[in-house]
Amino acid sequence: MDRWEELQQAALNGRLSRRQFMARAAALGVTTSLATGVLAKAGYADDTPKQGGTLNIGIAGGSTTDSLDPTTYTDSMAFNVAFAIMNQLVETDPNNKQIPSLFKSWEASDGATKWVFKVQEATFHNGKSLDAEDIVYSINLHRGEGSKSGAASGLKPITDVKATDKMEVTITLSEGDADFLYPISDYHVLVVPKDFKDWSHPIGTGAYTFDSYQPGVSASVKRYADHWNKERGHVDEVNFTCINDTAQRMNAIVSGQVDIIHRVDTATIDLIKAVPTLALVMAHGGYHAIYAARCDMDPFKDPNLRKAVKYAIDREQLLKALFNGYGAIGNDSPIPPSDPYFNKDLEQTKYDPDKAKFYLKKATGTTKIVLSASDAAFNGAVDAALLFQANAKAAGLDFDVKKEPADGFWDNVWLKAPFCESYWGGRPAATQMFTTAYKSDAAWNETGYKVEAFDKLLAEAKKTVEEDKRAPMIKELQKMVHDDGGAIIPAFKDWVDATATKVKGYKPHSMFDLCNGRAAEKVWIDEA
Amino acid sequence: MLKLIGQRLALGLVTLLLASALIFFTTTLLPGDFASAMLGQQATAENTAAIRAELGLDRPVLVRYLDWLSGAAHGDFGNSLASHRPVMEEIRPRLANTFFLAIYAALVAVPLSVFLGIMAAIRQGTVFDRGVNVGALLTISVPEFFLGYLLLMFLAAHYRIFPVLSVVNPSMPLYTRLYVTFLPMITLVLVIVAHMMRMTRASVLQVMASPYIEMAYLKGLPKWRVVVQHALPNALAPIVNVIALNLAYLVVGVVVVERVFVYPGMGQMLVDAVAKRNIPTVLACGLIFAVVFIALNILADVLSIMSNPRLRHPR
Repeated sequence: MDRWEELQQAALNGRLSRRQFMARAAALGVTTSLATGVLAKAGYADDTPKQGGTLNIGIAGGSTTDSLDPTTYTDSMAFNVAFAIMNQLVETDPNNKQIPSLFKSWEASDGATKWVFKVQEATFHNGKSLDAEDIVYSINLHRGEGSKSGAASGLKPITDVKATDKMEVTITLSEGDADFLYPISDYHVLVVPKDFKDWSHPIGTGAYTFDSYQPGVSASVKRYADHWNKERGHVDEVNFTCINDTAQRMNAIVSGQVDIIHRVDTATIDLIKAVPTLALVMAHGGYHAIYAARCDMDPFKDPNLRKAVKYAIDREQLLKALFNGYGAIGNDSPIPPSDPYFNKDLEQTKYDPDKAKFYLKKATGTTKIVLSASDAAFNGAVDAALLFQANAKAAGLDFDVKKEPADGFWDNVWLKAPFCESYWGGRPAATQMFTTAYKSDAAWNETGYKVEAFDKLLAEAKKTVEEDKRAPMIKELQKMVHDDGGAIIPAFKDWVDATATKVKGYKPHSMFDLCNGRAAEKVWIDEA
Repeated sequence: MLKLIGQRLALGLVTLLLASALIFFTTTLLPGDFASAMLGQQATAENTAAIRAELGLDRPVLVRYLDWLSGAAHGDFGNSLASHRPVMEEIRPRLANTFFLAIYAALVAVPLSVFLGIMAAIRQGTVFDRGVNVGALLTISVPEFFLGYLLLMFLAAHYRIFPVLSVVNPSMPLYTRLYVTFLPMITLVLVIVAHMMRMTRASVLQVMASPYIEMAYLKGLPKWRVVVQHALPNALAPIVNVIALNLAYLVVGVVVVERVFVYPGMGQMLVDAVAKRNIPTVLACGLIFAVVFIALNILADVLSIMSNPRLRHPR
């Protein structure tokens, strides 16, 4: 990222005052009109939402097999449309803090095993008013034997969900979790009326009502006047158009056919910078590419070999190659620098052929390494594997790259191969990330990381509510994975969105792009 | 002649049956199944097994084939594994879109290429002939997505004459639809014109070498009449065949163009369905494509039979 972009970023995140921003922009030789445009974008000029207009969003990650059934979401289009129609119980704010939505307040007790939630007053689009029973039904969609939902594993610790009053829900957990607000804010958990099943015409309490939906093609929603949250839902109509093709997404926003896109192609980002009526919105996030070395399989049973590989990768180069520099260097821990619990004191592992050779010499047993690579893992993954291979070769570490078909990659290769490429979209809570992929018995423990001390500390950290005790524990967990784990994480990717400047109120969100999926209800249009 | 046509139809049915078996059994060879593809990285042993049992993917292959075939014969392709809605209901609007674009492109491309082919044959060796040939070769040699991007860059992004996205919906009036789909139509036309045009030119020229053409010249007929009235009727058979092949391409082979222009047709649907292992949709698309292909080829056969007097009036 160059300095002008970093400055814009700071302004958009509200880290700079108007005066500071203008001064620094002038120092960089940026014209005043361009700088004021950014300020307007950052919401310095006028923060009062305007009502009306039509918003067109060009969105990737749609497929003809999608459905609005909350248990089925796997990619952006379906859940962005769903978010406009249905509400979550708890939302994540731009700084990764949990804020009320349909749960307006909460209280944890008994070592964070018992959670009592108060329900927000709201009406569904069919006129029914929301009560605790609706919420119990909506949560239970994701629970129980044979649940197909992506939220199922996160909600597994729940032993009971009860409506303890008309407007009160009590959730009991099998083990304490001070971070329970994170799994309950999972993007699959959306609220519908009790016994609702017609997913081709969903009904929710959201800022917009369902109008039309063609999976993988387009969707449209209309403003719901009786929405409970007056700060959301400003435009009359929102149209989503599925544009999976990267070049076409760029064309669509440059030609003005859509007002917002995400997953901006950073290789051709100058196309957007050249248009004065467009603005980029960037956020550091938790999305990361990973080379997963299984600690429970040969050859990576030997920690020395894992160390050798970590020193044999040029992270700077990979950050450039993979994300064109729009991201942050990784340090073999899945917790990104944008996370409040990020461990800043860990020494950054750097490309160091000497150290790699040193640890390689210490390694016993077989050192024959095969990296399973496929573009299914992340964009440009095969090229990234070859780059890594070249880095390692210069450090005296020779390994083979085996190209796997993208088709069936997650089924046949991932979790099975000893050394394999993969990715994570990131999790809002550090403990959640560790529970999902680094705990001994985690279903997706792709690095085969099985360390008793780690599991114990993780359980301890989850139970602990006091911030000052909790933070050091989570930092220690990162250190353990960084020092000894099988995850080689070269880089984290920034979320890069683009909007027309007439779109206001669009704030970067570190959790996910498109304002964490809620752009449709957060922004407004100001043609002036 | 009727007997010949009957034979062709019967053969077509047999081919279709074989195609159905081929489509069905090759899909079972794909690695992974719907459950794991749908869940992707989110798959665990438990939720995968839950989906499999729910969809009956645990039954023997032959049972599933016969089940599907008898359903398909009645026009019932089962329910989509993803949305649980009938497959045909999901395919119908997409199929209509695909046919719309195919017919639109064919209406422009077929007359254009036959006309250009004949003109090139009449003016063989002239600058016109060379120019048309080189131009057509150029457009066929460039990958279609690149052609699409070029058109987009100039006509949509830079000059903004046409929209970037060819998004259509059922309530759109015809002229808007024709306007919105103009760029994908032109892309397809550019891709198929060369083949048909060159075949027209070549077969006309081949016939032009026959003695009876010389006779026509000797009678004192002008060149265009010799070509259009005497040479063309005898050159029709290969032209019709090439046209049929290209029309089939317009229906079954346009996935790249659909993706570039974000046009909701069958191709994108088939690709999504294969990626997600939504087998009922894959099978239905496959069968529909087979029907289109076989039908167009039978039609071409029948037309060439009809254009051949020796077959039209057998002794």
